[in-house]
Amino acid sequence: MKLLEHQAKAQFRSEGIECPMGRVARTPGEAESAARELGEVVVKAQVPIGGRGKAGGVKVARTPEEARAAASQILQMEIRGYRVPAVLLEELLDIGQELYLGVTLDRDRRRLAVLLSFAGGMEIEDVAERTPEKIAKLWPDPFSGPLPFEIRQLTLNALASAQGEQILDRSRLLNLMVPLVQRLYQLCQRLDATLCEINPLVITRSGQLIAGDGKVEVDQNAEYRHHDLVRELGGDAEAASSGDDQLEVEARRRGLTYVHLGGDIGVIGNGAGLVMNTLDLVKQQGGSPANFLDIGGGAKAEVVRQALEMVLLDPEVKGIFVNIFGGITRGDEVAKGLIQARDELQIKLPLVVRMTGTREEEGRRLLEEGGIIPAVSASEAARRVVEMVAGAGR
Amino acid sequence: MSILLNSESRVLVQGMTGSEGTFHTQQMIEFGTNVVAGVSPGKGGSQHLGRPVYDSVAEAVIATGATVSGVFVPPAFAADAIMEAAAAGLQLVVCITELIPVNDMVRARAYLSSRGARLVGPNCPGLMSPGERSKVGIIPNQNGRPGPVGVVSRSGTLTYEIMQSLGAAGYGQTTAVGIGGDPVLGLSFSDVLELFATDPETELVVMAGEIGGSDEERAAELIGRGYPKPVVGFISGRTAPPGKRMGHAGAIISGNTGSAASKVAALERARVEVADTIEQIVERVTARLR
Repeated sequence: MKLLEHQAKAQFRSEGIECPMGRVARTPGEAESAARELGEVVVKAQVPIGGRGKAGGVKVARTPEEARAAASQILQMEIRGYRVPAVLLEELLDIGQELYLGVTLDRDRRRLAVLLSFAGGMEIEDVAERTPEKIAKLWPDPFSGPLPFEIRQLTLNALASAQGEQILDRSRLLNLMVPLVQRLYQLCQRLDATLCEINPLVITRSGQLIAGDGKVEVDQNAEYRHHDLVRELGGDAEAASSGDDQLEVEARRRGLTYVHLGGDIGVIGNGAGLVMNTLDLVKQQGGSPANFLDIGGGAKAEVVRQALEMVLLDPEVKGIFVNIFGGITRGDEVAKGLIQARDELQIKLPLVVRMTGTREEEGRRLLEEGGIIPAVSASEAARRVVEMVAGAGR
Repeated sequence: MSILLNSESRVLVQGMTGSEGTFHTQQMIEFGTNVVAGVSPGKGGSQHLGRPVYDSVAEAVIATGATVSGVFVPPAFAADAIMEAAAAGLQLVVCITELIPVNDMVRARAYLSSRGARLVGPNCPGLMSPGERSKVGIIPNQNGRPGPVGVVSRSGTLTYEIMQSLGAAGYGQTTAVGIGGDPVLGLSFSDVLELFATDPETELVVMAGEIGGSDEERAAELIGRGYPKPVVGFISGRTAPPGKRMGHAGAIISGNTGSAASKVAALERARVEVADTIEQIVERVTARLR
């Protein structure tokens, strides 16, 4: 779950991380009265993706009337497919310098890493690619969190690659960074987040550290501990997924592990690695997979049926490839389930099934009699479904 | 011979009395695994599947001398179960559970490292040493066959497929290890490769990776520095688009890391033959071992 900026900042504040004064507005009228309170403001679209500035989703407003106009424009926008449910109005900061500070999962080290860079305001991925030496890193012990001396060293390491004049003298910077990094790390732990990012971390001309923007991603596996956040997202949740692929949104609603890929051969299989390999086989044979759909370790008839139903929602699908590793599942039962599902869903498209399991030969015979194309190997099945779909298109 | 698990291994199962735990413990016993105890807090003193059940891992270890744990407890309690096993002195913990919060695993993983215990998983099928008649986890019994091939893979069903196809061609396994599909794992490809390197009966290793992270690249570096046995590689997810989670929590290309192309290239630089299909894995293994 990705928090919107204003939600991320509410979390920052609760942890003692300073943010600009701000108000959320859902209508131009609300924006106008917020600006009356705040003075000169920046009006920012609340969407769960980056690049909103380039898309025109961030505007400076000098007067309440300008704020109203900016909000009215931004609230009607669609940014990379996402509707804008609200804008955040914030006081303008007197920016002296922009840093990057983030806590994120480092898979290689199997820990959370703290990243600090004086190349702030840019996408950190770009900095990481072009000038990795400008990012200082720390991998705190997960039980103690980052210790003060570690944070001071992190800051010194980042300073070593910083260019130009520094606004803050070194001792003040070191003193400010210690509690800030500890709070951000603490927040990441408390929210079960895999990313807590402040970019830019603004140093104002008066020498304060303020979170200019905020990004928080809560681990999907831990959402059950954060019903409060899920509830808070509430009405914004629909807008927050409005730019997602609509077939994927529907699959999530049905509780299926589905990724839309845009081709014309529907793919169903059990096990993530197996399904990924099935997509690769289709591509090797010159076909184009429509989707990834993993029905999990087993091969229960009802789940296969639900999967077929999901794949058929995609109007581009011209043929279906089911790849089931049965293990101890009986092949004849899988076959009967498939035939029944095919009949109930009135599937007329080419349906190629490759399955293994006990009694798999009997299963294949049943499929063939039922008008479904059985295959012995996955490569052969991929070849057949690609041929049939190409043939039907002619 | 085998790695990690052999006929001497005394296995306890955390969460044995649950439905998944019951089914798979039964399968493990049928395969020949020496299951000595179950642990279910609050059910200590009872018997399940003919094995004594204890309230804590520490009690089970004292009473039975268990050396290995299989973890089948629900995701909310799994990281704690892993740490409990390590604290009780077990050398190997195999966690099958999926959907464990990542930060829980970060803590559990650090806790284990500080105690010298090894973790396989989570979100994995476990491991099986067919010649030793021992398995911990959910790899189907009929897919195991004794032989000279070491198998290490991130996926479940794909591992079974590889084992079955190798078996049909006459090549069994010393040990097959499913290291898991999560972003934060216990043993890495490199860790398992190092174990296979010193196992006298493993003649060749099949390593099946997938998109996401850079464990495969790290393993390629290890092999490139000089690995004593032939390795046949395989990478699934070559057609996966960036930014999409392909089933496994860990199977995602983020930014510039985790693509199949990068993994295939790294392996080929280390002179690992990379197969495109499971049939090709079997062909390459046959060519090397014939």
